[in-house]
Amino acid sequence: MSDESANLSPAARLTKWLVSGPPFIFLLLFFVAPSMIMVLASFRYPGEFGGLAPIAAADPNILQGFTLETYQFFFGDLIYSEIFVKSFLVATATTLICLLLAYPLALLIARSPKTSRDLMVLLVILPFASNFLIRVYAWMIILGPQSAFSQLVNSLLAVFGAGPVHLLFSPFAVLVGMVYVHLPFMVLPLYTNLEKHDPALLDAAQDLGANAWQRFWRVTFPLSLPGIFSGSALVFIPVLGMFAIPDILGGTGDMLIGNLIKEQFLGTRDWPFGSTLSIMLTIAVLLIAWLAAKFGGSRGRYA
Amino acid sequence: MHKGSGRRGPWLWTGALTVYAFLYVPLAIVIAYSFNDSRLNAEWVGFTWRWYEVLLHDQDMLAAAGNSLFIALVSSCIATILGTMAGIAMHRYGMKVLTFMVLTPVAMPEILLGVSLLLFFIQVLNLTLGMISIIFAHITFSICFVAVIVRARLAGMDESIFEAARDLGASPWETFRYVTFPLILPGVIAGGLMAFTLSIDDFVITFFTAGVGVQTLPLRIYSMIKIAVTPEVNAVSTLLMLLTLTLILLASKFAPDVLKGKV
Repeated sequence: MSDESANLSPAARLTKWLVSGPPFIFLLLFFVAPSMIMVLASFRYPGEFGGLAPIAAADPNILQGFTLETYQFFFGDLIYSEIFVKSFLVATATTLICLLLAYPLALLIARSPKTSRDLMVLLVILPFASNFLIRVYAWMIILGPQSAFSQLVNSLLAVFGAGPVHLLFSPFAVLVGMVYVHLPFMVLPLYTNLEKHDPALLDAAQDLGANAWQRFWRVTFPLSLPGIFSGSALVFIPVLGMFAIPDILGGTGDMLIGNLIKEQFLGTRDWPFGSTLSIMLTIAVLLIAWLAAKFGGSRGRYA
Repeated sequence: MHKGSGRRGPWLWTGALTVYAFLYVPLAIVIAYSFNDSRLNAEWVGFTWRWYEVLLHDQDMLAAAGNSLFIALVSSCIATILGTMAGIAMHRYGMKVLTFMVLTPVAMPEILLGVSLLLFFIQVLNLTLGMISIIFAHITFSICFVAVIVRARLAGMDESIFEAARDLGASPWETFRYVTFPLILPGVIAGGLMAFTLSIDDFVITFFTAGVGVQTLPLRIYSMIKIAVTPEVNAVSTLLMLLTLTLILLASKFAPDVLKGKV
């Protein structure tokens, strides 16, 4: 920025600050500052009635100042690491299932005539136009104990002598909900990548004697890796922090990082520990984004 | 002619159509049951408008809808102005720090923005959570979408028109008022419509910044599905789907990229 402003005339420099100043200040105030506050809060003591304890209190008996206690607490009890590991597993499973479902769809769209591609992409995006909660609620109906789907599954299980299962409020329901909500995030980057492939490559592979599977596995798939990595990051990251889907579709044992954070802020009101958990989640997300950028050569979500 | 465009075997069709069904069947069920004459979302009994009538007389729901519309209107107006400025700044000056600040809030899990704003509003601003906090929170994430659409619009333009305007003696303001602004206007409108839609739809960030006093439509839907599921939820869902669908299709009229997954 600074080296560029050196070439600008005073009037142009003024214009630059007039244009960029207001959004800059707004985001400084409502994004950067809150993030900094959260880092600070993670080193504070919880207040007597929730929230944060004062940094300096008149009463020496009140816990005050800064501490590493929340971090010691986090690493001291295995249960928190376990919830992080479980969240990573759910995010990994969601990403893989999304990839499995998205690939044929993205491939079909990319190989369709140009005239129908836009419509086919539109059909992937439209369900997105409905509210997130509605999409989760739809699965409450489908997986509910009285639904036709549940009854079908249970009568099939009965044939094999297995007892009836509850589909709703289970890890299975959480996984289905996660996949359903995040699937378009995987389809779109994959399609953007696959669309650019030169069909001549497949013709060449065929002429050289490669069968359909070889053409896919040795030509299309390796070339689509950047799309796979950016799609995976777009699915993995929001799933890692999701609290609403486990909250609505999961049972009591299906708590993930997001639910833990929500509980600290709105339930037990231990804000320093909630902040610590949020910082840990942020670190995990940055790590994933870095990995995706490194291996995918992606330039981020809006590239 | 390449053999490539013909490489759409039956397996690919089957797989892709299954996924399309997976995307649409659940929503179709929600819509269908909103017209079902039964308290249970279990089997089809008969057609009724009953749940829409219940909805029209649900004062809490109407109040929540009113709040949602007000919040969306105010936050999208402010976000459109700030987002347009940010989009122009990102395009013209390539400001890396600003670009980072615009994109990051939406690239992170929503809960992080939600809880950090909660901390900030209460601990720093000492604000009672409610309309004001929700509006500020919504502006924060909406700026990104407006900025990205406006930047895309600018990126597709020929820089020489701006130079021509300057050569003809237009001041920076005149260049903006008579050249840049009319050209980016479709992007600005599309961005504003997207911001409005995202605000109406937002659940997670609103959940943390709403406090106890104010209900929005998504918050109301959430508490209904957590406590007792009735087909009234299906009815409000169907109407909300209709509204957001209209808004997004309208936005795509102004900026076709909105619906091509490129924004």
